[in-house]
This record gives sequence, C-alpha cells and structure tokens, in this order.
Amino acid sequence: MTDQETAPRPDTVTSAPLLRTERLTRHFRIGGGVRRQMLHAVDDVTLEIGRREIVALAGESGSGKSTIARLLARIYKPTSGEIYFQGKPISRLRSRREVLGYRSDVPMVFQDPFASINPVFRVSHGVMRSLKLHRPELSAAERQVEAERVLAAVGLTPPAEVLQRFPHELSGGQRQRVGFAQALAMRPKLILADEPVSMLDVSIRIGLLNLMTQLRDEQGVSILYITHDIASARYVADRLIVMYAGQVAEQGPVEDVLADPKHPYTQLLLSAVPDPRADLNVGAETDHGEPPRVIDPTPGCRFRWRCPLAIDVCHSVTPELAELAPGHAAACHVAQSGAEVRAF
Amino acid sequence: MSSLLSDDQPQSSPARRRPGAILKVRELSVDYVMERGIVRAVQDVSFEVGPGEFIGIVGESGCGKSTLLFAIAQLLAPPASISSGSVTFNGDNLVGLTDRMLSAVRWLDMSVVMQSAMNALNPVLSISAQFKDAMRAHGVTSKSEIADRSAEVLKMVGIDPVHLKSYPHQLSGGMRQRSMIAMAMLFTPDLVIMDEPTSALDVVAQRSLMVQIKELQDKLGFAVIFVTHDMSLVRHFSDRLMVMYAGQIAELGVTRKIFKRPLHPYTIGLMDAFPSIKGPRVPLTGIPGSPPNLASPPEGCRFAPRCPQVMDRCLTTAVPIYLVNSEQVRCLLLENGEAVS
Repeated sequence: MTDQETAPRPDTVTSAPLLRTERLTRHFRIGGGVRRQMLHAVDDVTLEIGRREIVALAGESGSGKSTIARLLARIYKPTSGEIYFQGKPISRLRSRREVLGYRSDVPMVFQDPFASINPVFRVSHGVMRSLKLHRPELSAAERQVEAERVLAAVGLTPPAEVLQRFPHELSGGQRQRVGFAQALAMRPKLILADEPVSMLDVSIRIGLLNLMTQLRDEQGVSILYITHDIASARYVADRLIVMYAGQVAEQGPVEDVLADPKHPYTQLLLSAVPDPRADLNVGAETDHGEPPRVIDPTPGCRFRWRCPLAIDVCHSVTPELAELAPGHAAACHVAQSGAEVRAF
Repeated sequence: MSSLLSDDQPQSSPARRRPGAILKVRELSVDYVMERGIVRAVQDVSFEVGPGEFIGIVGESGCGKSTLLFAIAQLLAPPASISSGSVTFNGDNLVGLTDRMLSAVRWLDMSVVMQSAMNALNPVLSISAQFKDAMRAHGVTSKSEIADRSAEVLKMVGIDPVHLKSYPHQLSGGMRQRSMIAMAMLFTPDLVIMDEPTSALDVVAQRSLMVQIKELQDKLGFAVIFVTHDMSLVRHFSDRLMVMYAGQIAELGVTRKIFKRPLHPYTIGLMDAFPSIKGPRVPLTGIPGSPPNLASPPEGCRFAPRCPQVMDRCLTTAVPIYLVNSEQVRCLLLENGEAVS
C-alpha cells in the first residue's frame, strides 16, 4: 500500500495502521514420502487493523481465520509474507525483550474458557503472572491495584474477591472475562480474540460482545474478532474481513459489506444466516456448503466450483483484492469487471 | 401441576387438540444421583408430539434439553434415571421396558440423530457397513434389500450412493451429518429425535441440512423433536417451540406465536440475545447472570435471580404452569392469563 510503512521509522508511525500484513502466507505439509502435499491454510493475505478498531475476521471452518490469529500471535511462522506492527516487521524481532514487548502488545484470548485457564490456580495467578512478566517495574502493591483495575474493567466485581476465586467457581462467561482481564493486564494495543463467545450460552454472549466494544471505547484497544457468526461480527465490529479457503474474499466497513456484498461467497454466507426476525431466504438451497479444496490448489478463484457466475478467467487466474467502493474491496473477477453481482 | 384455563376462547386440552399424538410425555422427571445429592435435571415436563409435527426445544447448556431427549429415547445411563412420569410412544409406555423390548421400537419407529456425527459414526467402518449393521440388527438380512435401501436413503439426503463405500473421514462434516440422517431414515420411522445436528456445521451447510430435513419430513411424514441452543435456527422450521430453563418448561407453544409475542421473561430475553444482520444496529443486553446450579435450585421461580420483572412472590413461590391461549407458560406474571409486559 503506502511506502511509508515499509521503512521502520518508529517515531512517525502514527499515521500507519496499528498492524498490517503483506501477502501473509502459511502452508502446512501433509502426508509424507512420495505423495507430499501442501495445505494452503493462508495464502497472500493482506489486511490492516487500525487503532481503536474492532475488525471481524469471518469465514467457515477451515477458511484460515484461526491460522491468521496464530501467525499474528507468533505461534506459527509465516511461510512467506510479513506482518508489520506499528510499521515494524515482526520477523525482525530478535531479543527476548522485543518479543516479550510484542506479546504484551498483542495478546490472545482463546476460544474455550474451560481449557484456557489453569484450573489449579486462583484467578489472581494468571493476571499477576502477566503483570510480573510484562510489567516488572510494578511493586507488589501496585500489581494488586492493577489486577483489581483490569478485573473491574471486564466487569468482574468485586475484583478483590474474584481474584481469590478458582476457575471452577466461575461461569463460562466469567471465565472468558478473566481471559480478557489477563490480556488487559499487559496494557495491550491489539487483542486477538479467537471465537471468544462461541463456547458460551446465547444469553451471555451479548455481554461479552458488549465488553469488547467497551474495551475499545474506554481502554482504546483494537480487537481482531475471529468468528463464524456474521451477526455478532456486525454487532461489534467496525470493519469486516470475509475469508474463503485461505484468502480474503471481501473486506470493508461492516455495514457497507452487509448492505452491498460484492463477492458471491459473501452473498451466499449472508443469505444463509438464520435470522429470527426475517423471513426464510430459500434462494440457494442447492448449495450444500461443501468445503473448498486448498490442497495444492491450481490458479483460479477458489470459489469457482460453487459460484453460479463463474466465467472463463475465474478458472485460470486467481483474483486479487481490488477496491470497488471507498474502503470496500473484493477479490472477484466478475465484480471487478463492473458487472452486477447477485449470485445468491 | 396445576393449570388455569383463562381465555375467552373455548379451551381445549393439548390431548384433545392432538388426538392422534404419537408421543405423550407426562410429568417426566429425571434425576442424576450424585455423591453430593440428587440433581433433578428434568422436572415435571409434559408435552405431546402429533404425527408429522416438528417440535423445537431450545435452552442453554445445562437446561436439561439433552437429558430430556435421552429420557424420551430411553438412552439414559447411570447416574441418570427417570424418577417419575411416563413416555408413551404409539400407545406403549416406554419407561421401564428392557433393552430387548425397546429394540422393537428403537430405530424402527423412533430414531435418534446425535450431535456429533464424527463421534456417532464408527471411523473404521464404511458407511455401507454401518447401514448394514443397523438393518441386520432389526431383522433385514437380504443382501440386495440392504444394498437397495442403503442407496435409496443416501440418495434421499442428497449424497451420491458411491459414498456407501466411503469411510467417515472421507466425507465432509455436512455429508457425515447427512449420512447420519440417512441412517435414521432406514426404516421410515414415525419419530426422529435430533440433538443439535447442525451445531458443528457452518451456516451455509446448516441451512442446507435444515431445508433437507424439512423436505424429507414433508415427503415421509415423520415427526421431529429438534434440540438446539439457537432459537433462530428453528424459527422457520418448527411448528411448536419448547423453551427450557433449569430443567423445566419455561414456555411451550406455537412457534409463530412465540416469536410474535413471547410471554415468559426468559423467552423475551432470549429473543433479545441475537444480533441481526438486517435492520438498524441496536444495542442488546442479553440476560445478565447465569443459570442456577441444579444441585441447589432457587426456592421459587428458577429464573427469578436473572429476571428483569421479578416480584417478591417469585422468590418464594414454586411457579406452576399456566395455560395462556393454549400455550404453557411457567411464570407468575401469567397467573391471570394475561401478560404484563
């Protein structure tokens, strides 16, 4: 995009997005011996996350959204491509201090609140550990104050009492709030939230979604919200990125994408969302929702097998993201040709 | 259970409204006998299912919806057991029957589709072998008959019969779930019980499967009990809806009516817990708090601690079910048959 971000200029990064990826790619080798194959989990993903922004990354299972979160969290190394955080490429982080610094700037909140918190320690353990590791300058008394502050910020009250509880004494929703509190203790700039509400009951999901917008507005953090639930993405996010088969199909301001989806896959996805307040859309029943093939893919659009609008070029050339409206881009040859796309 | 008839329209009991009910559940309670005491996971549930009817059961995890299904199918295993009530299927009370006696009913007249097809299908047997198992267990031994019927049911759910030779891992999640449903269709049952069959699928596959179930139902005329935590999923597919909370029926009535005008505060809360992709973006509140621990449920109404319309009496009075416009509602606000909202 703009060239000012590629050069590491730490003092002039305010105009750059908080985080940016450049053709981020991650392949996994599957099988061994003679039939060695490559699973293309993430291919050429270029995206941006701004400051104080919630970006929803949506897609079906296997679309690569969790792989992106793990790449951003440095759990996986990219096969190729680069991640720039505040303008600096994170592959160049070398010293332990730099890596720790990045980890505290970009913590992760996991899907399963029953598995992601150690059951034998009190709530205070995880929060205090974050504080000791990432903010060693704090005294014991300051740590306690800070721990209570982050617990109160995620709505766990009275904080001093909750700190002394064990995870089994908390409900799923409260545990997930502990996950956000642990992240918040590091004074993060960007929280990677991988399906943070999908394991929770519907009646308490909204509370967590509201917490995310509150953290953005009051603590000023950005959140990458990974989800398969478009309706919840719309509820919290400023921008929406729709993934399909390891690539970005469409991205833009969430209301623009929902009001005028450009990519046929986004249209299919939106038509299938169950909506209790609307009539049933029976437009695309022939589509059984078969997952895409991303093992050693050939060039061409990965949605072409399911797309009713596919033209010749879709079978030979992989479409690139192109802006079709301000801030709203789609990777679709048909949409980019200026034709009206109404696939589903 | 006391019911108050309080409507100007002529009231009919559920039994008379559905004379040919194939399933009658009467005051069913299920207990888990634990070391620390007895946990009543399902309390005093009564409802009926008519031929070809589609009933949705919704509720949060731990509300007893799956336990209720297992109790109906007589699949409960210790420490869970039916402590009182009856389950009458096609005229026979299933409670207390031995496995041998139940095998005359199971899979022939009533089949169950479990939540996770990956766990329910045997990973080391091909689809055809698993179909064959089920048919031979119920007395079909002719090879050609087994092959024909297997291919037929697979075609019914939109899978090419070549996949009879496939193993579960070779099929996508949607296809596995479809083949489970095909297996449930082998003997054209009267009742198919489904426990969140779509929860592992993404929305596109989910809708496709729901439409398929509905088409099969229209064609074959079986009744469906469909358990889910997602109300929006059954909105367009179910005839009646049961909302469960903490082991009890909170509300049971015609789906269309409930969506138009929910009566129980819990149902109202659930309706407001789903963001929509259409219309204006409105802030939602969900339902604060979390469901009670069934080992020590609240004394009065079980929803009282989370209820925005709670009254003093709710905390002390065990709430009976009231009949409002032939809907069952367990809420003191409906005591006089009228909603105060």
